[in-house]
Amino acid sequence: MTGPRTARLLFAVGAGGIGLVFVLAVLRLPGFGQPHHPYGARAVAAAVAQHTANAVGSVTFDQRGFDTMGEEFILFAAALAALLLLRQLRSEEEAAGQRHDYGPEDVFAGVRLMGFVMLPVTLLVGGYVVVHGAISPGGGFQGGVVLATGLHLAYLAGDFRTLERLRPLPVLDVTEAMGAATYTIVGFAALASGAGFLANVLPHGRLTDLMSSGTVPLLNVAVGAEVGSAVVLILAKFLEQALTKDRRAEA
Amino acid sequence: MTTMASELTGVLPAILIAGPMLGAAVVMIAGRVAPRWFDDALAMVVALGSLAGGCWLTGITGGGRIVEWIGDWQPRHGQSVGIVLVADRMSAGMVVIIAGLMVAVLTYSWHFLEEVDTTYHALLLCFLASMTGFALAGDLFDAFVWFEMMGVVAYALVGMRVEEPRSVHGALGFGIVNTLGASVSLVGVTFLYARTGELNLAAVGRALRAAPTDRLVTVACVFLMSGVLVKAAAVPFHFWTADAEAVAPTPVCALLSGAMVALGVFAVARWWWVVFAGVVDTASMRHALVVLGAVTAVIGGIMCFSQRHIKRLLAYSTVSHVGVFLIGVGLLNGPALAATGLYVAGHACAKAALFLGSGVLLNRFESVDEHELFGRGRALPGTGLIFAVGGLALAGLPPLGTWLGKTLLEEAASSAGATWVVPIILAASVLTGGAVLRVTARVFLGLGPRPEDAGKSRGEQPEAGPFRMLQIVSLLGPGSVLLAASVALAAVPAVRSGAATAAAAFVDTPAYVAQVLGLGSPGPAAAAAEPVWTGSGVGFGLAAAAAAVVVACLGIWAGSLPVAVRRLFRPARVVITGLHAVHEAHVGEYVGWLMVGVAALGCALVF
Amino acid sequence: MFAVLPYLAAGWIFLIGCYGLATSRNLVHAVVSLAVVQSSTYLLLLAVGWKRDATAPVFGDISPGAPVVDPIVQALTLTDIVVGATVSALLLALTIQVAKRHGTIDPEEIRSLEQDSGDDDGQ
Repeated sequence: MTGPRTARLLFAVGAGGIGLVFVLAVLRLPGFGQPHHPYGARAVAAAVAQHTANAVGSVTFDQRGFDTMGEEFILFAAALAALLLLRQLRSEEEAAGQRHDYGPEDVFAGVRLMGFVMLPVTLLVGGYVVVHGAISPGGGFQGGVVLATGLHLAYLAGDFRTLERLRPLPVLDVTEAMGAATYTIVGFAALASGAGFLANVLPHGRLTDLMSSGTVPLLNVAVGAEVGSAVVLILAKFLEQALTKDRRAEA
Repeated sequence: MTTMASELTGVLPAILIAGPMLGAAVVMIAGRVAPRWFDDALAMVVALGSLAGGCWLTGITGGGRIVEWIGDWQPRHGQSVGIVLVADRMSAGMVVIIAGLMVAVLTYSWHFLEEVDTTYHALLLCFLASMTGFALAGDLFDAFVWFEMMGVVAYALVGMRVEEPRSVHGALGFGIVNTLGASVSLVGVTFLYARTGELNLAAVGRALRAAPTDRLVTVACVFLMSGVLVKAAAVPFHFWTADAEAVAPTPVCALLSGAMVALGVFAVARWWWVVFAGVVDTASMRHALVVLGAVTAVIGGIMCFSQRHIKRLLAYSTVSHVGVFLIGVGLLNGPALAATGLYVAGHACAKAALFLGSGVLLNRFESVDEHELFGRGRALPGTGLIFAVGGLALAGLPPLGTWLGKTLLEEAASSAGATWVVPIILAASVLTGGAVLRVTARVFLGLGPRPEDAGKSRGEQPEAGPFRMLQIVSLLGPGSVLLAASVALAAVPAVRSGAATAAAAFVDTPAYVAQVLGLGSPGPAAAAAEPVWTGSGVGFGLAAAAAAVVVACLGIWAGSLPVAVRRLFRPARVVITGLHAVHEAHVGEYVGWLMVGVAALGCALVF
Repeated sequence: MFAVLPYLAAGWIFLIGCYGLATSRNLVHAVVSLAVVQSSTYLLLLAVGWKRDATAPVFGDISPGAPVVDPIVQALTLTDIVVGATVSALLLALTIQVAKRHGTIDPEEIRSLEQDSGDDDGQ
C-alpha cells in the first residue's frame, strides 16, 4: 500500500490535475509584460511622495513594513530554532572542547590571501548596502547577508580561530534580539507620538539623500543587525555540527 | 478618558501582534542573565495581556469591526498601499482562544523542560504573535507571512526534544508538508494579484465582483484554500498531524490542536466571504467543503478509535473534529458559522485539557500507550476526571461547549437541507468521544481484560523534571479551568447571542468591504436571530454521549463477545486495516496525497 | 504563447520540485526540492509584475515618472526568499538530527510513525 511506487502514482495523479487547472488558469492571466499594475503604480507614487528613491525599499519598510516585521521575526525564530534544535545534548558533551583540525596549512595560499583581502572589503560593502537601502537597490536583508557571509571568508581561508574571534556568539545573540526588538520599538514609538503603528513619522529629507525617507534607513539598520547576526548564529550552529560529525568519524 | 480608550482600541490589533514579538526579543535579551522565573513571568504577563485585549475586542466589536491601517496608510477613494488589520467579533474570538490556550500552556509549562527554558518561552511568544497576526490580517500576503511564521515556530517547537528520534522525524515531515502548502497558497495569492492588482482582501473581493469571473479566479480559490486546509489538517492534507502531535511536547500539542488547526478553517471562512462569495459558484463550493468535511470527520474518527498511542489518538480526534468545522463553514450560512464558532471554542477547551492530561501521564509513567498504562492511572484520579469529562465533551454531552456548538450546527444543517451530515457529525462525536472514554476506562479504572502486550514498553521520555506534588496544581489547574470554560460557553446565554452577532457580521460581505476601504458607512449591523437550543437537542446530546460510552465498552470488551457478533465487525476491521496501511507512509506519500487533494479540489470546483 | 510562457515555466518548476519531494530517497534532497518549489513562486511573482519597456523601480539614476516595473511583487519576492531560506535552514537542522538519531537520511528506511506507535490492534 505504501512505498515509492505509491508516491509516484499519487504524484502522477496529483500533478496531472494540478497541471490541468494551472494551465487553464494561466491562459486567463493578463499577458506577460502588460502595463496595468494598479497597486504597483500607487506604491511608486507613494514612494516618491515619501522621498524614498528605492521604491522596493519603500514598499518593504514603509508601506508594507508590517510584513517585514513578521519576516524579521521569522528569521529571529529560525535562529532560536537553530539554537534549540542543534543544541549540544548531555550525551554529546564529552566530545566538546575540541578544535577543528582543518587549519591554514590545508588551504591553498592564494585562497588564504584572497580570503583575508576580501574580508574587510566584503564587510564594507555589506555595511554600505545596509545603510543605502532607502536610495539604492539593497537594504537590511541583502546587506545583512553580505555581512554574515563576509565574516565566513575567514573560514574559507582556513582560519576557524579568526572566525571565532570575529563573531563573539554571546554578543551576536544580543544584537540579534536587539535588532528584532528595535523594529517593534520603532513601531511603538510612532504610536506613542500619536501616529499609527509603524507610521513613518521622521522627516523625509530630500529624494536620493542618504538621510531621506524617514524611518526607512533606521529600520534597514535594525534589520541589517538582526539578519547579519541571525545568519552568523545559524551558520555557527551548523559548523558546530560539522565538527561534531568529524570527531565521531575519527573516533 | 473615553477618547483615550477608543484610541487605544483602534490600535489594539497591532499591539496584540507586536507586543508578544517585543516580549520574545526581551526574553532573549534578559533571559541570559535573568532567572527562570523571569521568563515564566514575562511570558505569562504578555499572554494575559493578549487574553485581556482579545476579550476587550470581542466585547466591543459587536456587529461591527475595528479597522487599523498600519503606518497610517488609510485608503483614499477606497484604495491604499498599506496593510490593514481587521478585528471583528469572530477574529477577536479566535484571539481569545489563542491567548487563553497560551495562558493555560504557560501555567502548565512552569516546570517544563528546564534545559531549554529561555528559547522555549521566546518561541511560544512568537507563536502567539503569529497566530494573532493570522487571525487579524486583512491582507492576503500579510496572512501568508503570519502563516509561514506560525509554521517556522511550530516546526521548531514540535522537534525541540531532539534527543528523541521520533520527535525530529515528525517535525521534519510536518515542516515539509506545511511549507509545500504555503507555496500552494502563495500561487493562489499571485493569481489574484495578477487579476486584480490588489492584495487587500476587501479590495481583491471588490475588484473580483466588479468584473466578469472566469476559471482563473476559481483556480486561485482552489490553491489559496488548499494551503490553509493543510494547516487545518483536512483529509487528505492531514498526514502530518498525527506524526507531529504524537511527538511534540504536550503543551505544543494543545496549541496546535486547539488553535492553529482552527485558524486554517477560520481562513477558509474569511477568504470565502470577503473574496470569493458571489464570484466562485456557491453551490459547488458548498458541496466541495461539506463533502471534504464529511470525509475528514469519518476517516479521522475511525483512525482515532483504532489508536492505542494516546497522543496520536487525540491528534486523529482533532482531524475528525476539523471535519465537523469544515462541514459547519462549508454550509456557507450565518447560523451554521455561529454554531461552528462555538464548536471551535468548545473543542479547543476540551482538546487542550486532554493533551495536558496526557502530558501528566507521560511525566508520571514515561508512556502514553493505552495498553501499557492499563490500570496504572488509578493513582491519578484528577487526571482521570479530566479524561472522562474531556471524552464526554468530545462526544457532545450537555452542558459542555461542544454540545452547544454541535446541536446548533445540526439544526443549521437540517434547516439548510443538508440533513445527511447530521449522522456524520454524530459519528465523529461518538468515535472520538468513545475512544477517549475507552482510554479513561482502561487506564484510570483498569476496566476490562488486561491487554496482552500491556507490559511492553515503548520508551517515551518525560518532559518535566521529577514528579513533585507541587506540580499537580500547575499540571491539572489549566485542564480543569479549560473544562470549566467549556461549560461556561454553553451556560452563559450571552455567548450564544454574541456568536450569532459575530457570524452575522462575518458573512456581511458588503459591510466588511465598505468599512475596511472607508467607502461610506456600512449601515446597521445585520440582525441575527438568537440561536436557541431545544429539548430534543439536549436529548440528542445525551444519546450521543451514551452511544460514546457504548462504543467505548465495545472497544474494551469486543474480545469477550460471542463469535457470531464479532463476525459482524469484520467489515469494519477491513476498513481499519486498509486505512492504517494508507497511513503507514513516508513524507513522499504525504506530498503525493497533498497534490491529489489539490487536484481533486480543483477538479471539483473548476468542472 | 510568449504571453504565458513565463507562467507555464513557473508551473513546470513547481511540479518538478513536487516530483523531487514525492520520490526523494534523501532528506537533504527533499529539502532542496522544497526550495525548488518555493523558487517557482518567486518566478511567478516576478513574471506577474514585469512590465514591457520598464526598468527597475529605483529612482537614483532615473527621474520619478519613468516607467518602472511593479515594486510590490519585488518586495513580496524578497520576503518569500527570506522565508524560503529560513525554512530550508530549519529543515536542514532537523535533517541533521534525523541523521544522528536514525543513522540514515533515507525516508524509506525510517519506520513510519504510524507503525512505530504500534496501533495494529484495531478494536
